[in-house]
Amino acid sequence: METSIAWLEIFLNASFWVASVRIATPLIFGTLGEVICERAGVLNLGIEGIMTIGAMAGWMAVYQGAGLWSGLFFAAACGGIFGLLHAMLTVPLGLSQHVTGIGITLLATSLTSYVYRLILPEVNSPPRIQAFEPLEIPGLSSIPLIGEALFNQSPLTYFAFISVVVVSYVLYRTPFGLAIQMVGENPAAAEAQGVDVTVIRTVAVVCGSAFMAVGGAFLTMSAFNAFFFNMINGRGWICIALVVFASWRPGKALLGAFLFAAFDAYQMRLQQLVGTEIPYQIFLMMPYVLSILALIVMSRRVGYPQALMIPYRKGER
Amino acid sequence: MNVVKRSEIDISEKKPASEVVLRLRGITKVFGSLVANNDISLELKSGEVLALLGENGAGKTTLMNILFGHYIADSGSIEVFGRPIQQGSPHAAIELGIGMVHQHFTLADNLSVLDNVMLGTEPLWWFSSNRRAGRLKLEQLGERFGLRVKPNARVAELSIGERQRVEILKALYRNAQILILDEPTAVLTPQETDTFFETLKKLVSGGLSLIFISHKMQEVLAISDRVAVLNEGRLVSELKTADASETELAQSMIGRSIELPERKTLKAGKPILKLKSITVMPEDGRSALSSVSLDICAREIVGIAGVSGNGQSTIADLITGLVEPRSGTLELHGEVVNNFSPRNMLQKKVGRIPEDRHSQGLIGDMTLAENSISECYQDPQFSSYGWQNKLNCQSFAENIVSKFDVRGYSPNSPVRLLSGGNMQKLILGRVLSGNPQLILANQPGRGLDVGAAAYVHEQLLAARENGAAILLISEDLEELLQIADRIAVIHRGRLSESYPRESISISQLGLLMTGQQKKSITNNHAIEADAS
Repeated sequence: METSIAWLEIFLNASFWVASVRIATPLIFGTLGEVICERAGVLNLGIEGIMTIGAMAGWMAVYQGAGLWSGLFFAAACGGIFGLLHAMLTVPLGLSQHVTGIGITLLATSLTSYVYRLILPEVNSPPRIQAFEPLEIPGLSSIPLIGEALFNQSPLTYFAFISVVVVSYVLYRTPFGLAIQMVGENPAAAEAQGVDVTVIRTVAVVCGSAFMAVGGAFLTMSAFNAFFFNMINGRGWICIALVVFASWRPGKALLGAFLFAAFDAYQMRLQQLVGTEIPYQIFLMMPYVLSILALIVMSRRVGYPQALMIPYRKGER
Repeated sequence: MNVVKRSEIDISEKKPASEVVLRLRGITKVFGSLVANNDISLELKSGEVLALLGENGAGKTTLMNILFGHYIADSGSIEVFGRPIQQGSPHAAIELGIGMVHQHFTLADNLSVLDNVMLGTEPLWWFSSNRRAGRLKLEQLGERFGLRVKPNARVAELSIGERQRVEILKALYRNAQILILDEPTAVLTPQETDTFFETLKKLVSGGLSLIFISHKMQEVLAISDRVAVLNEGRLVSELKTADASETELAQSMIGRSIELPERKTLKAGKPILKLKSITVMPEDGRSALSSVSLDICAREIVGIAGVSGNGQSTIADLITGLVEPRSGTLELHGEVVNNFSPRNMLQKKVGRIPEDRHSQGLIGDMTLAENSISECYQDPQFSSYGWQNKLNCQSFAENIVSKFDVRGYSPNSPVRLLSGGNMQKLILGRVLSGNPQLILANQPGRGLDVGAAAYVHEQLLAARENGAAILLISEDLEELLQIADRIAVIHRGRLSESYPRESISISQLGLLMTGQQKKSITNNHAIEADAS
């Protein structure tokens, strides 16, 4: 009887909501980035590697003496460079987007380890940095439960929320956003209306990849304060699924990321509650099982960008 | 608001009638070994409708794609309003006032009409988009030229005719002065075509100059001021429409005379296919059928007319085993079919000429030989113990290629290189080599030139003489009246009774297609029958 109430009480605990928002942050960035790429018709499976690059680059820059925000910018730039590589191979050259993306992930993760060892050859435990401090928003943060969860977070979390709004605006309200949608739906139409498909797709992939890298950087610069190998731990792949869940919409991406994060935060607390009666792996599995179920429900009627994964070659018969 | 005003001035500004707005000089374009355009020189005068007539593959579309900047000519130059155009850039062409309505619409289905129209009209790197002004301008243009569409509707929800309107509006929105229309009527019903011609007249009186690409002679004669005829990449004649006659144009377009296939009067045999009050639910984007009944006998061609999307593709899917009826029965050779699968239907000797050659008929990247056996590859002569018999497959394909006159490529080349007509011949060969007892021909003449279409009809009539039952689904009423014995009309999933070909006219069929009640028409019948 006691436990049956306890599993509900988790929801009343502010720390659960705080954790959910924190776990959601890198997923929001990653999913937004992937939404931008896929809306332009380019699948970016390099996301896992690009997030790793971002995590390492941001942290290393700060460790080497850069400021936090310039470190973040450096991370985004590094992500953008790998995005550019992905775009070069898949857009003008029209290579398979799957294979290129997986290649980028392998290259980026290995290169990260290599550079890490190159710069810090004799370190056993990774050095910590002075990371982003939670920023209390006066007034709002004193609202019970919500205030603590939403208004006492890392500046990067606020940045994630702002990014959702900005990306939505750009995608739906600006000529550039319309061009992105059009090259993802019907590149031949975009071409016929004087839009350069190659340029739009490349810019979209670079911007999207920069967002992914910022998502990775959140982990080292706000959550863990240090870089570990394998710290991305499949978050990139979760973002790929969240994009489908979100039907390629930034707003829904926010919702999806938060739902997944809440499952994750909940299972951690449930584990402690239940103890050792049930193997903990079952709980670890839970968010993934639930996201698969959510995907099945949600993706019955999704409208894929029609030209997703189809290379566009000008003037081909 | 500023934008709107300027456009009005641009469009209403009339040019003196004789002014040359577009001049092509010596355009030549070669694809591999194919000379698509051979030294073509043309002029377009202000306010005129120039028809570009030619068979499929004559080079009409290539020429226009060069003009619009999709391709770069190997030699030759283009002048628009006296200024040379930079080739290979649609953007430059648009800037100079050229608009193009492509044969295959270039619209994004998931976006709204307004999105589709506005793309590329505003500076790309601007922070906002003035959608209100855009919507206003679109609505004004729509009103002016009688091209009304809902700006917020998703393109996927629009009919084909409406999509075409959006394509034209797209060009007008960009202040096009010269509008290229590539086979615009290929997808329209007779009634839609009439409205479309009205629109063209309004465009011309609004000061535009039009290039109208077509292979339909009657339309060219009806709408154009001047005709230029292309044949195998060359400009073979150029004359005023008033001086042109249909036979003369046909001769120069084809380079030889075409005989319409001869149609023998045959007595229908025993019933091959019986549909008894079949109902299919609308699912997976298919339109529904409600209580459809139809008999087709041996040595008989039964036509189904209708505006696309009224259920004819569902009938086709039913007969090829892609969809199962909710209720009702389908009998083949007197046996009720319970197992609706494509393979079962093929085994029951049902041949299939699909509506869309590219997506349902052939696999573009596979060879002619592979495609020719793709419906019968399990046959012992092509595979045994899991191994393919390449030699048999090769000779089978060679047989089809020579017997059905598939031109241009060897059995080992990929199918996507073939022209539409040759693809259709390959499919026809594949179907007829199986000696089918029932042939489903879904839009077999669509997009084919006169010669190729006549060939397809000839072959279908020959199959009929050999005892096959043929179901011919078509939106081309002339095609139906030419070769079908009986014609039924489908509207909103309901199939009318079938009328013998002698007793129904194009206009009656057209009315039935729009869902006018049958009563008045059957009355006409009675009168006609009385009279005779």
